[in-house]
Amino acid sequence: MTASDPWISAQADWLGDRAEVRADRDCPCLMTSAEHVLDILRHLRDAPEYRFEQLIDLAGLDYAEYGQDEWQTEEASAAGFSRAPAAATSARYSFANPHPPVTQNGRFAVAYQLLSLSHNRRIRVVASCASGAWPTLPSVRDLWQCADWYEREAFDLFGIVFEGHPDLRRILTDYGFIGHPLRKDFPLSGHMEVRYDPDLRRVIYQPVTIEPRVTVPKVRRGQDHG
Amino acid sequence: MAEIHNYTMNFGPQHPASHGVLRLVLELDGEIVERIDPHIGLLHRGTEKLAESKPYNHSIGYMDRLDYVSMMCNEHAYVRAIEQLLEIEPPPRAQYLRVMFDEVTRILNHLLWLGAHALDIGAMTVFLYAFREREDLMDCYEATTGARMHATYYRPGGVYRDLPGSMPRYQPSRFCSKRKARLRNRDREGSLLDFLETFTGRFPGCVDEYETLLTDNRIWKQRTVDIGVVSPERALQLGFTGPMLRGSGIPWDLRRRQPYAVYDAMQFDVPVGTNGDCYDRYLVRIEEMRQSNRIIRQCVEWLRKNPGPVIVADHKIAPPPREEMKHDMEAMIHHFKLFTEGFCLPEGETYAAVEHPKGEFGVYLVSDGANKPYRLKIRAPGFPHLAALDELARGHMLADVVALIGTLDLVFGEVDR
Repeated sequence: MTASDPWISAQADWLGDRAEVRADRDCPCLMTSAEHVLDILRHLRDAPEYRFEQLIDLAGLDYAEYGQDEWQTEEASAAGFSRAPAAATSARYSFANPHPPVTQNGRFAVAYQLLSLSHNRRIRVVASCASGAWPTLPSVRDLWQCADWYEREAFDLFGIVFEGHPDLRRILTDYGFIGHPLRKDFPLSGHMEVRYDPDLRRVIYQPVTIEPRVTVPKVRRGQDHG
Repeated sequence: MAEIHNYTMNFGPQHPASHGVLRLVLELDGEIVERIDPHIGLLHRGTEKLAESKPYNHSIGYMDRLDYVSMMCNEHAYVRAIEQLLEIEPPPRAQYLRVMFDEVTRILNHLLWLGAHALDIGAMTVFLYAFREREDLMDCYEATTGARMHATYYRPGGVYRDLPGSMPRYQPSRFCSKRKARLRNRDREGSLLDFLETFTGRFPGCVDEYETLLTDNRIWKQRTVDIGVVSPERALQLGFTGPMLRGSGIPWDLRRRQPYAVYDAMQFDVPVGTNGDCYDRYLVRIEEMRQSNRIIRQCVEWLRKNPGPVIVADHKIAPPPREEMKHDMEAMIHHFKLFTEGFCLPEGETYAAVEHPKGEFGVYLVSDGANKPYRLKIRAPGFPHLAALDELARGHMLADVVALIGTLDLVFGEVDR
């Protein structure tokens, strides 16, 4: 899939400035916003030249730490191995000093993977959520019924609210769970742990006793890195 | 007193017919199902979150544990996503090995599905028959990778190692007499390819055996025919893939329509159903086992004739051979860097899908240029299938719910992730 693909350049006509077309390595990708996503998806499903009959996947995305290193690789300091920043990413989460919530615009997005069986094509639509008290997107459950559970999952894991969804409940996490675990400011260890208490003779919930730590720091190296 | 029509019943989470940990809240009118609310997530391990904290090559083992009855197919989608971003192509022998093991895995999966499904609806014998053949295929897994189930065999750029020259043999013991050991070892004198070839010669007969037990069995047909009928339109709406979609009559198979690895060089047929009921999906899966058998035969033949490397020679991505590390400093450094820091992927997004035994298994990978995935989304085929259970079961009897769970071919490792 390259940018010179005629199929991609043909998209500009009907999309206008509602979406940006990007040529990914596997399939074209439309980058759009919450206000246009429903119209674009409906068009992709119904127009005879697209006919994306299936919503294959719906994935929440959190761009809060996109492109952040945990480890300075370009220059070494005099202190040798202490090159790691104090708490740059959620991997170095501290329960005593939790990260302030990141509320920048365009932090949350949702990626829809569509599949057209009639034309044997795939397309990805990435819609950034409208920000507010909750990141919001319109629900596509009426377009593809299988979006029902996918949207519940994205709500559960990312706290993305889908407007018009009839039954937006948690789906994967425990009953009574607090927080949205796939957000970048949620620690890997979680906040609560479960254990059997021999005195009470039942299973109890308690704050986690694991210290979050980094086993392999996240580094970004350029493609010319030898 | 008000007349009570409906009552709510809890099914699972620990129930032998729930194929793992599934909790269903059933609303019943007598014995008729009015509504089902599946509660999933009891096996949620946060694979996607865990993968974000690990270099790419550390997460391959987690993929095995997603759908723990079709291990290597999960790995295939994951390594394919990495390869797409790196823009590398594994050597042909690795591609054939992958296709062969994908099909071995498909048979493994369908055998377990068949055994468990039949057991749920009351046919005990099939389970024992199916496990007899599963054992042989698990031995192939073990001989090649060292593990019977969680193989971690596929690596970015190829596979971990080439096929072994010999098969492990049974030793006479207190539990296995000399005569029995000799009988069991009869097929194990040659290499793994010989063993697999003998297996593929024998397997269609085994499938005939399962079919004599079920296909024309009156009880089996009463329990499956016209149960859970899905029209092609609904199947698309509900996000069905794999045998669930083909059972409804849509000839869609990624191996055929969007071929990956070397599936375009393989001869096989794509079976489809006509009615979209449980019985059709059973027939589709039975035929898929026969077709997988055909593909394995073709791979065995090719692999015999074409030796070669099984992983790319780029040591930034694949570790150097052990012997080289003993005398070459460069190889040593490559090994160290690869197993401590891993490799960085170029920035970008990709989605890679494979025709998993249960449907389309996809991996959506977002990389910000680091040595760990920025976001890894696993598209598990069982997730939309289970979501459709409510629609499938409405109006059916309570006992049919068990048949429906069976036909969906659920494994909670992948549904809950």
